[in-house]
Amino acid sequence: MSKVLMKGNEVIGEAAIKAGCRYFFGYPITPQSELPEYLSRRLPEIGGVYLQAESEVAAINMVYGAAATGVRVMTSSSSPGISLKQEGISYIAGSELPCIIVNIMRGGPGLGGIQPSQSDYFQATRGGGHGDYYLIVLAPASVQEIADLVKKGFDLAEKYRNPVMILGDGMLGQMMEPVDFGVETSGDSFDKSWATTGKNGRKKSNIVNSLYLKPEELEVHNRELEKKYLEIKSKETMAESYLTKDAEIVVAAYGMTARIAKSAVDMAREEGIRAGVFRPITLWPYPEKELNAATVSAKGVLTVEMSLGQMVEDVKLSLNGRLPVEFYGRVGGMVPTARAIFEEIKRMSEKFGGVK
Amino acid sequence: MAVVFDRPKSLTDAKFHYCPGCHHGIIHRLVAEVLDELGLQDRTVGIAPVGCAVFAYDYFDVDCIEAAHGRAPAVATGVKRTRPDTIVFSYQGDGDLASIGMAEIVHAAARSENITVIFVNNAIYGMTGGQMAPTTLIGQKTTTSPLGRKSELTGYPIKVCELLATLPGATYLARTSVHDPKNVRQTKEAIKKAFQLQVEGKGFSLVEVLSACPTNWHMKPVQALDFIKNDMMNYFPLGQFKSPEEAK
Ligand SMILES: Cc1ncc(C[n+]2csc(CCOP(=O)(O)OP(=O)(O)O)c2C)c(N)n1
Ligand code: SF4
Repeated sequence: MSKVLMKGNEVIGEAAIKAGCRYFFGYPITPQSELPEYLSRRLPEIGGVYLQAESEVAAINMVYGAAATGVRVMTSSSSPGISLKQEGISYIAGSELPCIIVNIMRGGPGLGGIQPSQSDYFQATRGGGHGDYYLIVLAPASVQEIADLVKKGFDLAEKYRNPVMILGDGMLGQMMEPVDFGVETSGDSFDKSWATTGKNGRKKSNIVNSLYLKPEELEVHNRELEKKYLEIKSKETMAESYLTKDAEIVVAAYGMTARIAKSAVDMAREEGIRAGVFRPITLWPYPEKELNAATVSAKGVLTVEMSLGQMVEDVKLSLNGRLPVEFYGRVGGMVPTARAIFEEIKRMSEKFGGVK
Repeated sequence: MAVVFDRPKSLTDAKFHYCPGCHHGIIHRLVAEVLDELGLQDRTVGIAPVGCAVFAYDYFDVDCIEAAHGRAPAVATGVKRTRPDTIVFSYQGDGDLASIGMAEIVHAAARSENITVIFVNNAIYGMTGGQMAPTTLIGQKTTTSPLGRKSELTGYPIKVCELLATLPGATYLARTSVHDPKNVRQTKEAIKKAFQLQVEGKGFSLVEVLSACPTNWHMKPVQALDFIKNDMMNYFPLGQFKSPEEAK
């Protein structure tokens, strides 16, 4: 297929369709509304269902019901709406159902603002709702990568029967870039014998459930989930390293912030500072090994986020004291400039690096 | 010997955990009989609530989904919209449906979702030990209205059928009771009509069944029947509140 020029938010929708998703339940919120608007046009054209729910609470429970029938289904929202979805997400994780949840983050807490932010990192990577569980969290940094990760996200969701979150920000959602959707896929090859579609001659009824009143049984269930999470951790990490091989200062950043960090690193290289960028693509599981590999030559790591410092905790956990880790962040919808990141790199290189 | 009374096919052989004199068991049986008689067992998906009927998925021999507290109508919507050929019902208590889940039930009715709701109104939170429900009667004592419910403090019990009847999307709304055999028969007829309408694609149907909770009412089962007849039916009149003919 050839490339088309499209907006990030709409690409999420079209990529979902290309991955065989025909069902979307959502509730309007800025800055992701182009996505539901796009799907409300597109899905009926291809025999799918777009339904505007009465709230994010209802939307995620519609996703729960739809996912239970074994179809590919998606919902999307932005920070305040994602908070409302947490109860349902916890049920979906507990019942081991596949689906995609999109969070186009905006500033918080509370009603916050509508400008880009990365302040829901903790919520996304630590489960977010009640109970011991994880979402697979994918953080695209370009419109093409949105298309690739939405597709991959559906496969991961079905392979592990686990909810997947696409975590982006308003900038990425609004950006226009060329995109190639590649070949169409579907979930047909995955086992759906667990789905609640009516018994249709089956001997035993299928039950989708997260209730285990006996502690012995709940522990077994929790251990089963743990096994799955460990497998995901060992197999599914993804990251990109940019000029890190000889880098003394490695900037760790994800999503749009990583793109800005690349410009900052280019500026640093022009001044002879050996800098690079480490960009996790999976935020959970965190690409711990990849980060360590990308920092073999490093003297220090600078984490840059549009938050007060959330991913920086995973950077520190991954490096486990091996390197000094510093943080630079902008918040409230303010975006870090390449110049500001460059200044930080320069400061750190003077502090930790050798002479240039 | 000829069998004259047997377990409906749509019930499993699991023993109900309900208290003596509780009406959940009767209502389960009626739903199962209707599914059998309409031949729907094989294509039905039931949505269990959070409440005393949380284990409904162990009792109904149909595919089931356990929903979060109050969210059953949204879950049912997700099933019905992706699999329009299934028969979908939610089974919900009054705390589940009329308190925490009020938005979901109102909007499912407003959209005229083609689902059937079995609404068990026992005027109390059974599972959590007898707290006040949105349907608790004025003066009724519960663990959180120990002196009796007072309207100055907590307003008035919600009449769900009357409330939903204002919505053009609601196709069939009926309130029934199971406190005596005649009313049990009428409840079954209402449930059957509700499912039949779903089969015909007519839209949202709900049967509210007044139901005893002897345990948390602190009554003997027989006394509880009198409470339904004399007190509950006085405030929650039985009858049909919307028929398919008057719908829309
Ligand atoms: C979100 C949430 N809040 C509260 C509860 C606790 N809870 C469980 S059942 C219940 C009330 C059930 O009452 P009702 O719906 O009337 O059903 P009954 O038990 O009387 O059949 C409550 C409050 C819960 N499980 N989840
Ligand atoms: S507590 Fe009440 S509603 Fe629950 S099983 Fe006992 S009698 Fe029935």
